[in-house]
Amino acid sequence: MHDDPLKDDPKAKVDDTSGVSRRDFLKISTISAAAVPILGTKVVQAAGEPVKVYGPGKVPVELTINGQKHTLQLEPRVTLLDALRDQLEITGAKRVCDRAECGACTVLVNGKPVYACSILAIEAQGKSIKTIEVMMKGESLDAVQQAFVDNDASQCGFCTPGFVVAFKAVLDQNPNATAEEIRHGLSGNVCRCGTYHGIHLAIAQMAQKGA
Amino acid sequence: MPDYNWPDAEHRTLIGKRISRVDAPVKVSGRAKYTYDYHGANMLFGKVLRSPYAKAKIVSIDTSAAEKLSGVKAIEIIQKVGTTAQWAGDEIIAVAAVDESTAEDAVRLIKVNYQPMSYLVSDAEPPAGAGEAAGPMSDDDIDDAISNQMPDAQLVQYLQEHGVSFKVDDDFLKDMKGEGASEAVLAAIQKAAYHEVKSTGHSNFQKTAAQTHGEPDKAIAEADVVSEGLYGAAVIAHCCLEPHGSVSEWTDKDHLFTHISTQNVSGIAAQMAEPLAISAANIHVHQDNVGGGFGSKFAADRWDITAARLSKKAGGRPVRIMLERDSELKVAGARPSAYARVKVSAKKDGTLTGWQSQSWGTGGPGGGGMPPIPYVFNIANQHKEHTAIRNNIGPARAWRAPNHPQAAVITMGALDDLAAKLNMDPLELWRKNLEIAGPRGDTYREELTIAADLMGWKEKWRPRGQNISGNIARGLGLSIHTWGGRGHESDCDLTIHPDGSVDVKMGTQDLGTGTRTTIVIVAAETLGIPIEAINLYIGDTLYPPSGGSGGSTTPGGVSSSTRRAAVDARELLFAKVAPALNAQPADLECVNSTVRVKSDPSRSLNWKQACSKMGAMSLTARGHNDQVPAKNHPDLTNSGVGGVGMAYVEVDTETGIVKVKKMVAVQDCGLIIDLKTAESSCYGAMVMGISYALFEEKVMDQATGRMLNPNMEFYRLAGLNDIPELVVHMMTGKGYDERGVIGLGEPPVVSPGAAIANAVANAIGVRVSFLPLTPDKVLTALTTTQKAGA
Repeated sequence: MHDDPLKDDPKAKVDDTSGVSRRDFLKISTISAAAVPILGTKVVQAAGEPVKVYGPGKVPVELTINGQKHTLQLEPRVTLLDALRDQLEITGAKRVCDRAECGACTVLVNGKPVYACSILAIEAQGKSIKTIEVMMKGESLDAVQQAFVDNDASQCGFCTPGFVVAFKAVLDQNPNATAEEIRHGLSGNVCRCGTYHGIHLAIAQMAQKGA
Repeated sequence: MPDYNWPDAEHRTLIGKRISRVDAPVKVSGRAKYTYDYHGANMLFGKVLRSPYAKAKIVSIDTSAAEKLSGVKAIEIIQKVGTTAQWAGDEIIAVAAVDESTAEDAVRLIKVNYQPMSYLVSDAEPPAGAGEAAGPMSDDDIDDAISNQMPDAQLVQYLQEHGVSFKVDDDFLKDMKGEGASEAVLAAIQKAAYHEVKSTGHSNFQKTAAQTHGEPDKAIAEADVVSEGLYGAAVIAHCCLEPHGSVSEWTDKDHLFTHISTQNVSGIAAQMAEPLAISAANIHVHQDNVGGGFGSKFAADRWDITAARLSKKAGGRPVRIMLERDSELKVAGARPSAYARVKVSAKKDGTLTGWQSQSWGTGGPGGGGMPPIPYVFNIANQHKEHTAIRNNIGPARAWRAPNHPQAAVITMGALDDLAAKLNMDPLELWRKNLEIAGPRGDTYREELTIAADLMGWKEKWRPRGQNISGNIARGLGLSIHTWGGRGHESDCDLTIHPDGSVDVKMGTQDLGTGTRTTIVIVAAETLGIPIEAINLYIGDTLYPPSGGSGGSTTPGGVSSSTRRAAVDARELLFAKVAPALNAQPADLECVNSTVRVKSDPSRSLNWKQACSKMGAMSLTARGHNDQVPAKNHPDLTNSGVGGVGMAYVEVDTETGIVKVKKMVAVQDCGLIIDLKTAESSCYGAMVMGISYALFEEKVMDQATGRMLNPNMEFYRLAGLNDIPELVVHMMTGKGYDERGVIGLGEPPVVSPGAAIANAVANAIGVRVSFLPLTPDKVLTALTTTQKAGA
């Protein structure tokens, strides 16, 4: 299951670096006062409170990806996935459904698996973002990756990075995860070629190791 | 002459073993690059405005506001004013802009007025008497056929059989050429006979010629048992995870560089050349990996031509058009539907005697043909009629084993119902009729026994509706299938360098089917060196051409051309090395990374030492596989396989939910190069089978003419938790290996749907006629039986 990484995170409430929260967005949508620009960032009165508004033009966005800081100029509407792929050319996470249905774009945000297509880049500021690109240990495959190779769990390979990241996330949280728990962790990922048999075997291999 | 034949079993060190696919590490690490991952310098993003109507004439187009939008670099009108869009999602105009959101904004600023026209998106049974006889083609018909991407062979055949209803002139031919008609089609138009037509009406229904063999009426009238039923499978989408699309850039005014997501690297340039008015030799096509194709990625599509035109307008900057998920599902591929009313008859002992079918189905605007029914079993007395529905759901494309899964659902379903009526175990009915199952009859007999053992058929099988506990009904079903799979035209260059390194180059592609692995295994086996020693280069028009990957033609093609190149290169090497070993070239062999004398293996050089004897020049040999078997001496590939699929299911009679509990696939495919990836093809095919049997359907809205589920939430694919125990058994050894290499992409995907449908009928005691077997259909079928029983 892919949790909303922002749900239980108190820091995720709107602040100087992180876009507009859902709650604030609802407030903005009912504003009556005219927007007043202050020092480049718009502030509007919404439900009696001042709320910062970003965009619609490009704004600076700072992302920490695979341990490295990147400063980008992005429209606030750009998703984390598009920022990764089109701005930074970090292309392991794939764009398939672009609406949180298939898991091909799974990345880790503060250690939790997240659909990168369904979080805005501006919301991902101040968080640790990890992609498939740092799963290898130097030139050696991670045990999960090796289990995919051993059990031929990739065909065209387009869904594979998403599966590997989601799989790794389960084991990062619980190295002793059972096969059932791993399967649960991968239930948000979809494959078209039909590599599930190999993935089942990879799960068995890793669950055995964990046990 | 060098011995090209495949090594026999005792001399194989790699062929037929379980070897991990060579590109797995790059795929699991996210390093594999796909077309969608390519980001050219200063790349522009293309977006397409699509028709919101299933059928509409374009009345006016206003792009002025979009042109003024900052960041818009080029606009291309794909379908001019006056043209008729033929399906919802049909391409009208494309925009290239500096980023994706600007391109989307620009598309929203374009104003198009349409005159909506009446349309058909249903593929329900045509009303009685509907359907015009096949007649000559009008100029509009031909125009439609070309713009609807009707396959060349089909169009040529139609023109030959039915002629045209107008006088063909040079202008018309020029127009059609401009729309992308091939030389073969243009020639067929020119040669087509002229026939006058009385009616100008254009029916949505077209009857194909009825076919009769033997005396079906008499056979059915005199049969001991006749079973009647309704069977079929809905239109499904390919849903490739990497969508269709490309990035094109003009490196100078005459040279195009295209990255494209394709099953057909070597065939793309020729398709793009004509519409772009440049020589195919000036088009460089490249692809490292492709994120799924399944039959839908052979063509340079309209959006690919458009990306190249946008790039030209934008001064050659790379332009990317990759389809959005909804477009991918709406316009980039659909498997035709097929439904049939069937009457099938037999003697008391199960011997099949007669078949009658009225079938129908749609492949979109082109209509589509009759599936090959009765499938596999060549029943002596048969009568078949088919009505093609030409509708506005978007064009069909080849989907793994075109028409075979539908034919299996119809035929195997009808035979299964017949077995139930005879109170016979279907396994016995199938066995009883293997004499009319074509050249693979003996293979089926062997496979059925193995499959039954692996499934535990004897222990599990009960007559229909007699394995129910509480609300869970359990059932078994089976199906058999066939396919060709001969190797396609393929050229391979293999170079041995003086430092011992080996390069293999071929303009093929690896769809995830293991093509790379197949090639390096064959090269390494032939040269007696490890697979890691082979540097493989594929996916580029700089390399020798190799056929498109479709119809299971790739394994036979690439393995044969690689084998020939490797054997010839080995001969060249032997000639250089022989003096150093004081031997004749013919006395040498490559074994275990050495070149040695056959009669005295102690006289040997290790691979590197041997290669150093060739001097400064590398050795290159080209291997060729011809698709005409007689031109290959010897022929290393073959055609014709048989396979069996069995399914065991549980049906919840309260919810109508079907769970597949176990599946078995037994398959032959001649000489297997890599057992591991071969088995994976079968596992994957069973998963796809579960998916199309239970979940997949392109749902069209009759009220708006649009697809209702163009996303991956409601266009549901099977997930990890839908997959039960899967068992694969590959037929190998004597009787199989010596046939040569045969492709495997299509066959194992044919039977799963039919086997699951039969298992559901066995479980609940009543036939659910149409795939997908969704809970609503299962519950409706159950309600009908209860009523009938009451």
